[in-house]
Amino acid sequence: MSARGELRGWADVALIPVLNLVVALLVSGIVVLIIGESPMEAMWIMLKGAVGSIKGWSYLLYYSTNFIFTGLAVAVAFHAGLFNIGGEGQAYIAGLGATMTGLGLEFLPWPIVIPLAVLMSALFGAFWGWVPGYLQAKRGSHIVITTIMFNFIASSLMVYFINYWLRPVGKMAVESRAVGNFDFSTFDLTGAYIPSLRELSLAIFGYRLPSSPLNPTFLFALAVAWAVWYLLWRTKLGYEIRAVGANTDAAVYAGIRPQKIIMVTMAISGGLAGLLAVNEVLGAQHRLVLEYVQGAGFVGIAVALMGRSHPVGIVLAAMLFGLLYQGGTELSFAKPEINRDMIVVIQGLVILFMGALEQTFRPWLEALFFRAED
Amino acid sequence: MTPSTTPAIELIGIDKRFGPVHANKDVTLTIRQGSIHGIIGENGAGKSTLMSILFGFYQADKGEIRVKGQPLKIRSSSDAIAHGIGMVHQHFMLVDTFTVLENVVLGAEGGALIGPALAKARETLTHLSQDYEMDVDPDAIVGELPVGLQQRVEILKALFKGAETLILDEPTGVLTPDEADHLFRILGQLRDQGKTVILITHKLREIMAITDHVTVMRRGELVATFETKKTNVEELAEAMVGRRVLLHVDKSPAKPGVVVLDVKNVTWKDKKGIARVDNVSFNVRAGEIVGIAGVSGNGQSELLDVIAGITRPASGEIIFEGKSIGQLADPRHLREEGLAHVPEDRQHRGLISSFDASESGILGWHYDESLGHGFRLDRDKVVARCTKEMAEFDVRPGNPLLKSSKFSGGNQQKIILAREIARDPDLLIVGQPTRGVEANERELGLRMAGVMREAA
Repeated sequence: MSARGELRGWADVALIPVLNLVVALLVSGIVVLIIGESPMEAMWIMLKGAVGSIKGWSYLLYYSTNFIFTGLAVAVAFHAGLFNIGGEGQAYIAGLGATMTGLGLEFLPWPIVIPLAVLMSALFGAFWGWVPGYLQAKRGSHIVITTIMFNFIASSLMVYFINYWLRPVGKMAVESRAVGNFDFSTFDLTGAYIPSLRELSLAIFGYRLPSSPLNPTFLFALAVAWAVWYLLWRTKLGYEIRAVGANTDAAVYAGIRPQKIIMVTMAISGGLAGLLAVNEVLGAQHRLVLEYVQGAGFVGIAVALMGRSHPVGIVLAAMLFGLLYQGGTELSFAKPEINRDMIVVIQGLVILFMGALEQTFRPWLEALFFRAED
Repeated sequence: MTPSTTPAIELIGIDKRFGPVHANKDVTLTIRQGSIHGIIGENGAGKSTLMSILFGFYQADKGEIRVKGQPLKIRSSSDAIAHGIGMVHQHFMLVDTFTVLENVVLGAEGGALIGPALAKARETLTHLSQDYEMDVDPDAIVGELPVGLQQRVEILKALFKGAETLILDEPTGVLTPDEADHLFRILGQLRDQGKTVILITHKLREIMAITDHVTVMRRGELVATFETKKTNVEELAEAMVGRRVLLHVDKSPAKPGVVVLDVKNVTWKDKKGIARVDNVSFNVRAGEIVGIAGVSGNGQSELLDVIAGITRPASGEIIFEGKSIGQLADPRHLREEGLAHVPEDRQHRGLISSFDASESGILGWHYDESLGHGFRLDRDKVVARCTKEMAEFDVRPGNPLLKSSKFSGGNQQKIILAREIARDPDLLIVGQPTRGVEANERELGLRMAGVMREAA
């Protein structure tokens, strides 16, 4: 039997996520209480650390940028009915594309190299998404399994590439050379170096912002979020993607080839995840560092779930996770008892309630609403 | 009071709303013990809702349920089963990979070990099979049984759980005439043994053939209850629709033209390699309506899929307007050549229930240049097209932004028909044109088909 009814739009879009978040924070509070700290104080430190200063905000937005890309990647695949768990690996592989472009063309000026590096990031990510898509479409290998496996393959491959190809001779750290140069005084602006806002404001206005890795990629991420919305709801391809996801039989009836859509969607999804390399490799680290994705690909799943696979929701959810990351870091500085692992627990609880238990309160809310309406 | 005079079921003042939809309006119904009681009405008349309330799937907003004179609260299907109410759903609730026996004990395993329950069930099942002429091998795998037998398993399951009152929701929809006759014999025996049967259907013939009483519902209201012997098909149809019904279409004689579709020796095999369409040949000329008749499940659906290019024939050839579609076999190319297709399973194929009506209204034509240049899909044009089509076909409510699933079956049908006819196709194939369509909309559909013929 079907559900008793559907919730009103606003309740579905806003109330359920907020309710889930509140419960997640309550449970986190209990955990904080158990280790003998005040939950209210911890929450206050997190909030203040994330949104109480320009520096806090800068970090929040920097983290959000990664989550927007990976969240969009998961969401696009969701719309085609595919569960892409491989954002982590797709973003990781994309770092290779970004780095190779930057290193290979480091003598060329940035207006040429940066767009190329962005494109290569997307293409490398797209390829790493397309392969599981191909295997699903043509061979019937389940995308969840293959994308997870591809994360491991990516991880091993990247160790090899960074160690044997990209690591400068004699350097201990497992990372590549810088992908470009940014020296405003000598106008040495070559390669694929995306300067941080701090560097930009110092060079252009002579104004010193607090240090943070926030860079213009955040604005790019917003533009990409808009582009994803446009793709899904204003193009024929988007229509086909959603049709395949909503009802494959109807899509086949309409002459849409699901196999093709699965491959195309996975490539787009991988490409979006790959753009994370723009923020991290080109914008923040300026080099390819081992394991640089640091779980952002998985956070993208929670972001997409919480954002209801809609770009607006994803941007907001990404900012919430940015807040948790930045606030959590500050909290671990302020309270030695609440160490980094504790923060991971809190983030995990949020993911659990927002993502995995996302529907828990729905029947209960529905019952409440319909009683109230009768 | 003796049991025979106490009604088996009394529904008193049942009222149920789903948001804006008033599904049951103050329905009061008495069902006599040891009788077969039909409930008839168009789709959306509230029959299924009423029975779902009785079976505990929904709670009535108002009203009372009495079973054998006793007022009861039925909060779940297990409550209903505990009070001797069994239900055979339209879509069977069986585990395909289990044996008949395992399915029968499902939900009544009675402990951690399955052995004793199975042994007991086997005994009961043998008795039941003998009593009611329901021969089913207890060790057969349910998924391998034909539909008619699967239905019998459903009935046995309900009886095994001690059902005194059996609700059957559209039981003959999936059956061949022979199987339906057999079902009716079984129901007759159940009645003779003192069981009560409630039969939900929209087939008037079945009502006349088997029931003792019949209740007609329309738009959530109970219109009337008749004694079957004292009524007739016309009276029931009128009560269902609320006015006189045209059961035949006044049509002008056909003037067939050139051959549009030529089906030559087409064979289609399913995954198991069984020929579901076996060496079929026929042709369709311009200006004529060709009906493909047969009990469902005899290959018509598969044949339509082959013609529409959704599946490929194993052998044979189909020529559409002089071109072989055996090679093309792509619904999109065929549409461009002028073949429109209203699929049999509208809700699952003809439209996408989570899309709004305007988006469902372009399914299959969505790539067309008139809806946006190149890769773009112009939302305004999509909505405008749907608004226009909704007005032409009197789709209600005429809101292109409403989710497709929110429309009634008949209105969904109209959305699809509008979409398929709008392109002025040379050939329109329609699977089950009247399925799930209310009788008066059925007339419209047939008339539309008539118009098409004139136009073609």
